Amino acid sequence: MLRILQFLYSLRSFLLFVLLEVLAISLIVSNNSPQGAAFFNSSNALTGSVLKTRSDVVDFFSLAEANDALLSENARLLEQLKSVNSIPDSAKIQLDSLLEAQFDFKGARIISNSLRFAQNHITLNKGSKDGVKPGMGVFNEQGVVGRVKTVNENFSVVISLLNTEMNLSSKIKSTGDFGTTKWDGKDSGKSKLLYIPRHVNASQGDTIVTNGYSAVFPEGILVGIIESVNQGADPNYLDIVINLSVDFSRAHYVYLVENTQLAELDTLTKQAEIENEF
Amino acid sequence: MNFRNLITYIFLVICLCLVQILLLKNLALFGVAFCFIYLLAILSFPINMRSFPLILISFGLGLLIDVFYDTLGLHAAAATLLAFLRTYWLKAISPNGGYDDANNPTLPEMGIGWYISYSLPLVFAFSLMFFIADQWGTGGLFGVLNKSLFSSIFTVILAIIVQLLFFKRRRGI
Repeated sequence: MLRILQFLYSLRSFLLFVLLEVLAISLIVSNNSPQGAAFFNSSNALTGSVLKTRSDVVDFFSLAEANDALLSENARLLEQLKSVNSIPDSAKIQLDSLLEAQFDFKGARIISNSLRFAQNHITLNKGSKDGVKPGMGVFNEQGVVGRVKTVNENFSVVISLLNTEMNLSSKIKSTGDFGTTKWDGKDSGKSKLLYIPRHVNASQGDTIVTNGYSAVFPEGILVGIIESVNQGADPNYLDIVINLSVDFSRAHYVYLVENTQLAELDTLTKQAEIENEF
Repeated sequence: MNFRNLITYIFLVICLCLVQILLLKNLALFGVAFCFIYLLAILSFPINMRSFPLILISFGLGLLIDVFYDTLGLHAAAATLLAFLRTYWLKAISPNGGYDDANNPTLPEMGIGWYISYSLPLVFAFSLMFFIADQWGTGGLFGVLNKSLFSSIFTVILAIIVQLLFFKRRRGI
C-alpha cells in the first residue's frame, strides 16, 4: 500500500496535469453549448467593470464614427416616419395595438468584442437590470450582430454571428428561399448560407435578410450580400458564400430586439414537438 | 525565493495580465499572429521551482485570461500543458554542468541563443494546443499550424523585447 502511495506521489505533477487538462476541456465543452448558462464569463461584475473602463477610454477615439452611424440611422428612420405619417387620403382601420407591438427594442454599447477566434463573443453594457433577457436578438444599423447568451445584473454576453455555434435563420430576399447562415470560422467578413437547394436560382449580389420564422429577429433585417454561388461537394445543396454587412471590428453601438410573443410561440412549438431554430 | 523576489513576481504577473487583457486582446498581425505575452510570466519563474505549484499557478493564470477573453478553458488547458512541459524541457536543454542555483530562465541571464531554444518550442506547444482546441472540428490542420507558428514567433519576439527593456541582470525584474 505504501509503495502504491509513494508511486502516486512521485507522479503527482503528471496526475495534477491530467486532472487540470480534463477540467479545462470539460469547461470548454460546457461553455460552448449555446444555451449553457456559464458562471465564468465576462458578464460578471468585476470583469465587466474592467472591460467597461477600457471601452470608455477606447471608444472616445471613435466617437465621430459612432455619431456618423447614428446620424445616418436617424435619417433613414425619419424617411420611414414620413411615409408612415402621411396625410390619410383613404379610410384606415386601426389594428389592435397588441398585434403591432410584437417586437421591443433597446439600445446598448459594446464594451468587449473579439473576431479572431472560432467562437467569438461580445459583451454589452446592459444587463437584467435594464431588461435584457437571454435569447434576445442583437443588431446594429448595418445588420445582424448576434444573439444574447447569458445575462448578469449589469452586463450581458452575446454570441456573435462570428461564432461557429451560431445558426441564423435567413432567406434570399429576391427569391424568398430560406436557409441557415453559419460562420465557418475563417474570415471575419464572410459567412456561409447553408441548406439552399440546388434548383434555387441564387446569384451573386443577392441580398440575404433574416426571415420571420426565427422568432428572435423581425423579418427583413440585413445579414449580407451573396459573394459567390458554387455547386459544392454536397449533392443536395448549393455552396453559397456571403459578405456580412456588419463590420464587426467597427461595431460600437447595437440594438436589442425582444419578441414579446416568444413565450407563446415556445409553448406552441413544444406542444407540436418541433425544434425551433434561432 | 525571498520576499522581495515574491513581490517582483506578483508585480510581473499583474502587469503582463493587464497588458494582455487591455491591449493585446484583439491584436492579430495579418490575422494569424496572436500575442500571448502573459506566458512570459510562466516562462520566467525560477528554474528550481517545483512542477506542482507551477502547474497550479499556470492553470489559474490561464483561467483568469479566459474569463476576459470569453474562451473559457482554452487558455487554461494550453497554459497547463506549457507548465507541465517546461520542467522536462528545462532538463532536456540544460547546459553542461547544470544550472546555477539562483538562475532564472530569462534572457539577460541565459543569453539569446539559449533563450530562443527554451521559449520557442514551449510557446509553440501552447499555441498548438490553444488553436487545436479553438478550431476543433471547423478549421483545417493547415490553418492551425499556420496560426501556431506565427503566434509563437511573434510572442517570443515580443517577450525578448520586453526583457531587453525591463529586466535587469541578476534581479527578478
